[in-house]
Amino acid sequence: MKRIFADLHLCLNLRELEQTAHIIRKTSQLGYRLIAVPFLSNVPEEKLAQLQSLCNEVDVDFASRIDLKPKTPKELLNSLRNFRRRFEIVAVMCDSKSVARQAAKDRRVDLLNFPSIDFRKRFFDKAEAELASKSFVSLEIDLKPLLIMEGPVRTRLLSYLRREAAIAQEFHVPFVLSSGVSEELLLRKPRELASLASLFDLDASSAIKAVSENPVAIVRRNREKLDSRFVAPGIRVIRRGKDCEEM
Amino acid sequence: MRWRYLALRVEAEDMFTSKELMDTIWGSVSKLYGEYGASRTGLALIDYDVEEKFVIIRATHTSLENVRTAIASITKIGNKPAAIHLLAVSGTIKALLKKTRH
Repeated sequence: MKRIFADLHLCLNLRELEQTAHIIRKTSQLGYRLIAVPFLSNVPEEKLAQLQSLCNEVDVDFASRIDLKPKTPKELLNSLRNFRRRFEIVAVMCDSKSVARQAAKDRRVDLLNFPSIDFRKRFFDKAEAELASKSFVSLEIDLKPLLIMEGPVRTRLLSYLRREAAIAQEFHVPFVLSSGVSEELLLRKPRELASLASLFDLDASSAIKAVSENPVAIVRRNREKLDSRFVAPGIRVIRRGKDCEEM
Repeated sequence: MRWRYLALRVEAEDMFTSKELMDTIWGSVSKLYGEYGASRTGLALIDYDVEEKFVIIRATHTSLENVRTAIASITKIGNKPAAIHLLAVSGTIKALLKKTRH
């Protein structure tokens, strides 16, 4: 079966429709078949539909995503209650340890993302990984900082990523490698993204999974849950109405 | 020594000379793997079509993954924004051209 490559963090400027269309076409040319774009919580439905049709034109599957940046765990819980059923992917930008811990233990969260510049705020340690592995939350690594940073800052980031990658593998926390870019020239082919992961010692097969199987699995799982026929994992309504036999 | 030939496509608004291009690739390999690592790649330019922005370079088969990573990390050529995408890899130039239908 042909592998589906995904980029779950494409930062598009939705006001510039022409540029957006251009970048979406480019992702298709580079080999992606699934992309996700983060939206603000109050995004109008027409905007989503517009983006959906742009993606359909170039045979790319589109998933809606929200990036939550809560200041407290309570704020995170409120946001999850409000937005979980509106977006196919929920990512939490962890700005404090308490938020990171809450996000890691909540099954409604799909992706944990940590700031790349402020290293003190990279809270992905063994305790975080243990919580994340129990609740099927994935660790997202944006590769844009690796492309734009240089010198000692990049070296330090690589050292943090290496440690986090090792912890995630030890606790079987799935990885997702995303671009996190908004400019066309920073877009890379899926296998190029995967090869950049070798800089923090992620083996080739795990890196390929992180740009294909892992992100695709998240979107599939959430689409199933958001489907009106979903009851519980493995249980779904297959028929309703009078033609259902009574037990 | 076993070689791997890599077909690349340069994406940029500007045109670049072969020297600018190879300096950028060498620079990127050196930045990521140091001068020792770069010296083991055996990098060499085989062909460069400036108009089509199509490049063929050569590297040792043991350094292929490092060269691939270094190329993916390039964002500028001579201070101008650019990207270099890997189109295909092969053990012979003939097979490489067949793969890229060039």
